[in-house]
Amino acid sequence: MKILVCISHVPDTTSKINFTDGDSKFDTNGVQFVINPNDEFGLTRAMWFKEKQGANVDVVNVGSSETEPTLRKALAIGADSAIRVDATPTDGFFVAKQLAKVAKEGGYDLIIAGRESIDYNGGMVPGMLAKLLNANFINNCISLEIEGDTAKAVREIDGGKESLSTKLPLVIGGQKGLVEEKDLKIPNMRGIMQARKKPMNKVEADETSPISEAVKFEKPAPKGEVKLVDADNLDELIDLLHNEAKVI
Amino acid sequence: MSVLIYTESEEGKFKKAAFEVASYAREVANQLGTNVTALSVNVDDASELGKYGVDKVLNVKNDKLNKFNAEAFANVLKQAAQKEESKVIVLSQTANDKYLAPLLAVELEAGYASNVTALPESTEPFIVKRSAFTNKAFNFTQLNSEVKIVGLAKNAYGLKENQAEASVEEFSPELSEDNFNITVESVDKVSDKVTIADAETIVSGGRGLKGPENWGMIEEMAEILGAATACSKPVSDMGWRPHSEHVGQTGKPVASNLYIAIGISGAIQHLAGVNAAKTKVVINNDPEAPFFKAADYGVVGDAFEVVPKLNEKLKEFKAKNA
Repeated sequence: MKILVCISHVPDTTSKINFTDGDSKFDTNGVQFVINPNDEFGLTRAMWFKEKQGANVDVVNVGSSETEPTLRKALAIGADSAIRVDATPTDGFFVAKQLAKVAKEGGYDLIIAGRESIDYNGGMVPGMLAKLLNANFINNCISLEIEGDTAKAVREIDGGKESLSTKLPLVIGGQKGLVEEKDLKIPNMRGIMQARKKPMNKVEADETSPISEAVKFEKPAPKGEVKLVDADNLDELIDLLHNEAKVI
Repeated sequence: MSVLIYTESEEGKFKKAAFEVASYAREVANQLGTNVTALSVNVDDASELGKYGVDKVLNVKNDKLNKFNAEAFANVLKQAAQKEESKVIVLSQTANDKYLAPLLAVELEAGYASNVTALPESTEPFIVKRSAFTNKAFNFTQLNSEVKIVGLAKNAYGLKENQAEASVEEFSPELSEDNFNITVESVDKVSDKVTIADAETIVSGGRGLKGPENWGMIEEMAEILGAATACSKPVSDMGWRPHSEHVGQTGKPVASNLYIAIGISGAIQHLAGVNAAKTKVVINNDPEAPFFKAADYGVVGDAFEVVPKLNEKLKEFKAKNA
């Protein structure tokens, strides 16, 4: 089985979010970048398929050379080789097109992406990629088993879950649940040493024009001060929630 | 040219998200000087949408569509969009809508903006405001394609009544075998509890509650308020509560009217996930807890003393205001 894991290179979850150039660009100054958490669950699941079922696992990112340390980390976790499409990821459709090209050329059976990146929260790349490849697609995937060319998956729905079955080739939008948080792999020294020798292939981007663009950014209005209510005067809290906030 | 909306339903009845999408689309249609057409699937009384300004409903009756299937539903929407020559399509951001939206976008070569929080800032060019960086910022996205898909964030616009006479037409799109390559084997849905996705109020507990055995008072408050229960990430990681209750950056997003955080300190990842809640209340014994900076109302006190007292008072309040 050949697996491709799509890796988004995103600011660490604790990063301060600021913008530059007249609020038109994300300010990367002092920001630590990591593997997108939703992708990391998928990558760890892919490692399970590698260890138990002998799968071959490649990772891919669409980005500039600055994303290579993030891909290198995925190699240290255990992926076999990395592919970087040398381009600035402009919008979800552009990224999906680039990934589709890599996926077609590589002939993958299973493509794992995160349900969304934690920076733009677009949530569209996995579905678009599946459609471009004419592959089956399962979003919000929280469990995945593969046997032969059959996949059994569980999808999170509003208020529950749904068990699904389908055939490969398959694209999933994965999230926490594919593996548990405690099972996420942290690269060890041996992995880090091996990763240095693994292939990091740079490929040219396909010519595609984006169909949407981020024109500007804005930070939420600063919040007013919290109104503190004395623990011995909870009637006041109920009054505020009823008459001021009008939520009870 | 009408604005097309997909109005999600369950067992023949519209979900609240359907009415919110209709309310929003009515105003967008006014801006564009056109009508609103809704697509519904296996709904008993589709004319209900008229209340929220829908002019026409294409109601599909097909037993093959009793269970949601993203590929098939995207195909149905595509045919509706072509029939109506729609240039703007509005979807909600339920799990199902988020699933089908990118498929539809590729089918129609449409630009798609998800998590949209307000009416278009302009329609020419078409620019919408959306939340990004998990609610830590907003991003204005310009869609340059001929067809545009807007994913309206939950609870971002609210319900607005706008009486119209919705004419209901039967619509029979063509479906192919390929649309059903994914088989739904079983659905496991909690039916007797309010879900985080649908809840107006959420009562959430954190590590400050010391153990799963202390969740009785959280569940009691949820019951009094008709709320869903939720928890912070460490609580779900330790297995005190199921993963499906984890709210925050890597868990479920929250956009309820009221969010009550009990014994949750307010790590940045948690706050990001609950920022879209309209009113936030925090109960914590540590006055330095970061959640106090993000909340609207706060009580500094021991949850084990405050919560049972508050539950009693809420019960009295509910009894009086029933």
